[in-house]
Amino acid sequence: MSDLACTWLGLMATIFGLGTVLLRSPVHSALSLVMVVFHVAGLFVLMGAGFLAALQVIVYAGAIIVLFLFTMMLLNLEQHDNEPHMHRYQKWLGFPLGGALLIEATWIALAQANPPETLLGKYSPERLSELGGTAFGIADAMFTSYLLPFEVAGVLLLAASVAALSLARKSDEDNFGAMPDMVSDAAGSMIQPSVQDSKSGQLSQEHGDDH
Amino acid sequence: MADYLNSYLFIGAILFTLGAFGVIVRRNIIVVLLSVELMLQGVNLSLGAFSTFYHDMGGYMLVLLSLAIAAAEAVVGLAILVALSRHVDEFYVDRLKSLRW
Repeated sequence: MSDLACTWLGLMATIFGLGTVLLRSPVHSALSLVMVVFHVAGLFVLMGAGFLAALQVIVYAGAIIVLFLFTMMLLNLEQHDNEPHMHRYQKWLGFPLGGALLIEATWIALAQANPPETLLGKYSPERLSELGGTAFGIADAMFTSYLLPFEVAGVLLLAASVAALSLARKSDEDNFGAMPDMVSDAAGSMIQPSVQDSKSGQLSQEHGDDH
Repeated sequence: MADYLNSYLFIGAILFTLGAFGVIVRRNIIVVLLSVELMLQGVNLSLGAFSTFYHDMGGYMLVLLSLAIAAAEAVVGLAILVALSRHVDEFYVDRLKSLRW
């Protein structure tokens, strides 16, 4: 039963992956990628990692691909519909390179036997069910040995959101000359009162010395 | 077959190859970004399979980090695309060559 499910999910993921790469319209490609995400989430469930499957669906299908679809809606891509959707000469580079990569990756994948008992880690399925599931196991690892990468990922997301805001923001003169003005204005309005404060403080101190 | 590491790695290899093929071959810049996401799907599947079969949480953590990186990459890529769309009316990667030489 699970063999059949594995075969089916893999087959459908491959077919929809082909659809993502080969379909003409970018919207159809994005919807095909949503189907790939769902089937990969199904494979995660089959492995016993239901938490990752939920995250996969929420983050990929719910956030990233919706972002792609919104961008397509904003950019109006339908105007070049009659042109070829593949490079003319790069196609002859892509087929051999893709084939070579597939053969190599398949070779490596099929050479991987299931790990021997001596190499197994401490999170066996029994221990995971004792902890309460994959999510508890991930939390156990995340907040102990993987705490620093977790924090760094948070900083990365913050940096990416700031970068997206400053890139997609429509500046006043539509060039980068507007950026330093904004920065100096903000800095000026923040620094100015403190400078005055320190001056008046100095003055009052001098008055205090005079008295 | 569902009990073997090989089958998951094989599916991951197929997805990664399809994504790489799409990055090389497609002209539309949005489909190139979508193909990068497809490559990340293959890598996520392989990492999750390794983590499951080796009874270790490192692969799951890497899947989480790669989700964060995929989100950051998509956001920055699409923001660059939106900024680009103010200057040119062209979304084919072989025509955007003002930075090439």
